[in-house]
Amino acid sequence: MSESRVFHLKTPLRDEDVEQLKLGDIVYLSGTVFTARDEAHAKILELIEKGEPLPMDFRGLALYHCGPVVRKKNGEYEIVAAGPTTSMRMESVEAEFIEKTGVKMVIGKGGMGPKTAEAMKKYKAVYATFTGGAAVLAAAAVKRVKNVYWLEELGIPEAVWVLEVEEFGPLVVTIDTTGRNYYDEKLTAAREKAEKEIIPRLLEEKIP
Amino acid sequence: MTLTYSQLEDFFYNLILTGATRMPLDVYNALKKAHDEEENPVAKKQFEAILKNIDLAARMTRPICQDTGTPYFFIEVGEDFPLKTKIKQAAESALAKLTKQGYLRPNSVDPFYFKNPGDNTGRYIPWYHFEIVEGDKLDVWYLAKGGGSEAPSTLVMSTPLKGFENLKKTVVSTIAKYGAMPCPPVIVGVAVAAGADIALTLAKKTLLWDTMARNPDPKLAKLEEALLKAVNELEIGPHGFGGKTTALNVHVDYAYRHPATFAIAVVTGCWATRKSHGVIDSTGEWEIVSKHYEPEEG
Repeated sequence: MSESRVFHLKTPLRDEDVEQLKLGDIVYLSGTVFTARDEAHAKILELIEKGEPLPMDFRGLALYHCGPVVRKKNGEYEIVAAGPTTSMRMESVEAEFIEKTGVKMVIGKGGMGPKTAEAMKKYKAVYATFTGGAAVLAAAAVKRVKNVYWLEELGIPEAVWVLEVEEFGPLVVTIDTTGRNYYDEKLTAAREKAEKEIIPRLLEEKIP
Repeated sequence: MTLTYSQLEDFFYNLILTGATRMPLDVYNALKKAHDEEENPVAKKQFEAILKNIDLAARMTRPICQDTGTPYFFIEVGEDFPLKTKIKQAAESALAKLTKQGYLRPNSVDPFYFKNPGDNTGRYIPWYHFEIVEGDKLDVWYLAKGGGSEAPSTLVMSTPLKGFENLKKTVVSTIAKYGAMPCPPVIVGVAVAAGADIALTLAKKTLLWDTMARNPDPKLAKLEEALLKAVNELEIGPHGFGGKTTALNVHVDYAYRHPATFAIAVVTGCWATRKSHGVIDSTGEWEIVSKHYEPEEG
């Protein structure tokens, strides 16, 4: 990836907000972000399946693949560390999640697969990457915890934390609304290079 | 003065807190070097975020990553160390305390009953390796092993004739397969052994080695260099954004193998490979002996 364009966006995100974003663009996001990992995805989809009400309206918001470190300070929750978790674990359910909740941005790390990219094209959403492990930097963008759902049932990492964020980023767009998938392209190239060039050469070297 | 239980718990508390909040200096220096040498602008931006995050974590005494990992302890117990039977208790109550105080995320989950005890302990957690040595000291390495970088762990039970061929293929294809998932730039640990479990344990233990170090055995050093070069040619780079550094280093260790086996293990440590090393003696004197990142004044 080379030079990037920079966008400052606010939730709720509209189709046109995300449609302008292309692979490699950098976003700083303000507004409402909610966390959901494996268990929360299953929980929310189960409620929708059963036709039961959701605790909040997710339309136009950003879903963050994150299990934060949280502590209570003066009776309020404080996000101590909140970097992204590996998004691929949610690949099997993300397309349905995007369709049924109406989220416009998914934030995580490591990239997502073709099913998610297809859903992003169809329902107009983007996937953006935050630097994995940069947890204190991410927490610094969280202004306050607006709400938390299923804390008792799912525990701190898996609960849904609703966060007010300011200038959360840099988020690098890695799946856009045309369905282009940066990681897919990058990794396919890396795997091909490994098979065709790197491994054959390494095998020829008389080491050890 | 004889060592008291509360001194032992204090020692573990400080060892774990240091590991969670202060980047090991060897890993930091490797990241700083990779940052300085990087020319790809998006990759460089990732390194900037990484270095800034390490600095903020140290200044604020916060966990470097929200995934504070699975706790591993590699322990050498001196035969004259007094509180041998209290070591686990002290380690576990320090973990519980740090979790309650919000320095560690409660990461231990019962796989069958989905229960999270909320204190980073549970059946076989933390995971311990014990060795008995001479003397009156307790020597402890703490490793906080992130979940994302555990995913690429690969075991190949090769035939001996194909051993080195499979080793080379496995290292390169594993890193290519998992791409950005284990939070590169990674540290790659490789081991060859008789048994599957021996290979995996030795590969993981190499994450405790000095990140920049080259193997003292010249044959293994050459192999490490060739593997490192090959992995970096994948150009996955920090978080998959390309550039020169996909791996900070490759370490290779081995145990003698069985005539019929050639177990190959490959593990990865994320860029935030967190480890700390401390020693406490029979009088209660203790010290964190590993070096960690210190923020500059101001």
